[in-house]
Amino acid sequence: MSLEKYVLHLADNALIYSQRLCEWCGHAPELEVDIAISNIALDHIGASRSFYQYAATLIGNGATEDSLAFLRKEREFANILLVEQTNGNFAKTMARALCYDTFMQLLYTAMKNSKDEMLAAIAEKSLKEVNYHYRFSSEWVIRLGDGTPESKQKMQTAIDEIWNYTGEMFMLSNIDTEMMANGVAPDITALQAPWLQKIKEVLAEATLVLPESGWMHSGGKNGVHSEQMGFLLADLQYMQRAFPGAEW
Amino acid sequence: MQQNEWLLWEVFVRSKAGLDHKHVGSIHASDAAMAIENARDVYTRRQEGVSIWVVESNQIHASNPADAESFYEPMNDKVYRHPTFYDLPDELKHM
Repeated sequence: MSLEKYVLHLADNALIYSQRLCEWCGHAPELEVDIAISNIALDHIGASRSFYQYAATLIGNGATEDSLAFLRKEREFANILLVEQTNGNFAKTMARALCYDTFMQLLYTAMKNSKDEMLAAIAEKSLKEVNYHYRFSSEWVIRLGDGTPESKQKMQTAIDEIWNYTGEMFMLSNIDTEMMANGVAPDITALQAPWLQKIKEVLAEATLVLPESGWMHSGGKNGVHSEQMGFLLADLQYMQRAFPGAEW
Repeated sequence: MQQNEWLLWEVFVRSKAGLDHKHVGSIHASDAAMAIENARDVYTRRQEGVSIWVVESNQIHASNPADAESFYEPMNDKVYRHPTFYDLPDELKHM
């Protein structure tokens, strides 16, 4: 019961984040960047499918990856608030990406040692992809931060804007605690120091200022989402809601 | 220098170890590191390659199509430049 909730949390992070990234398709500042972001979004969709398929086998009762992605309600989604935040400008998308990619690198690295073989295998496969995502986002944060006065200012604003959504990544839910105790989930609280260290290094190279860590938003893991989430799900789920069972 | 457009780069991809890098197309990027990353995303996402070269397009010097007459046509009637033009003695094998 807890395992399936934990797997759904991982799946939701990947799906909701990929849905956000997909919004750039056709709108990115350069054709090459458009393709790169869509590629990254597809990697996350791939990861979400692996997690949803696993969750579906745990849940049984005719659940499928599609029913889990398209037919659950907002309060049932357990993704963190960071991944549902709107794209904003390109700088904000890259700031969010840097924070998330750095976290996912650490999470998947730790999850390779999960006692759950399926999660360990998905982590191993996904880590290779996330290493590239991190390279893409960190390079862009550095380029824009250490770029023109205008790009630097936009990049700094973006980091500041996204910052108080980053704390939730390291907050333990009851599910996290239970899964940690049985060796399935990595200890996310232990990832915070190395995460902050990496972010500091990138921001230093980007000549940007590390925001002060104060109060942090939370709630996503328990299904309490920000206002944007409903609109995102409306986009994502519209087709299955309007035409139940419709297939490609 | 005001640079509003990214530079153009030509992309060469080696499809397998041991084969030559082949020209596959071009991309835009502001420097070589970005060019390689963009080339990776545009040209190798369906497992097309194991190695990428990028060359700034303005570094490539090409022959002029207008020169074709003097450059290439004289070769048309010089079949003796092909080894197949010569009759080989029967004793010679494996040529």
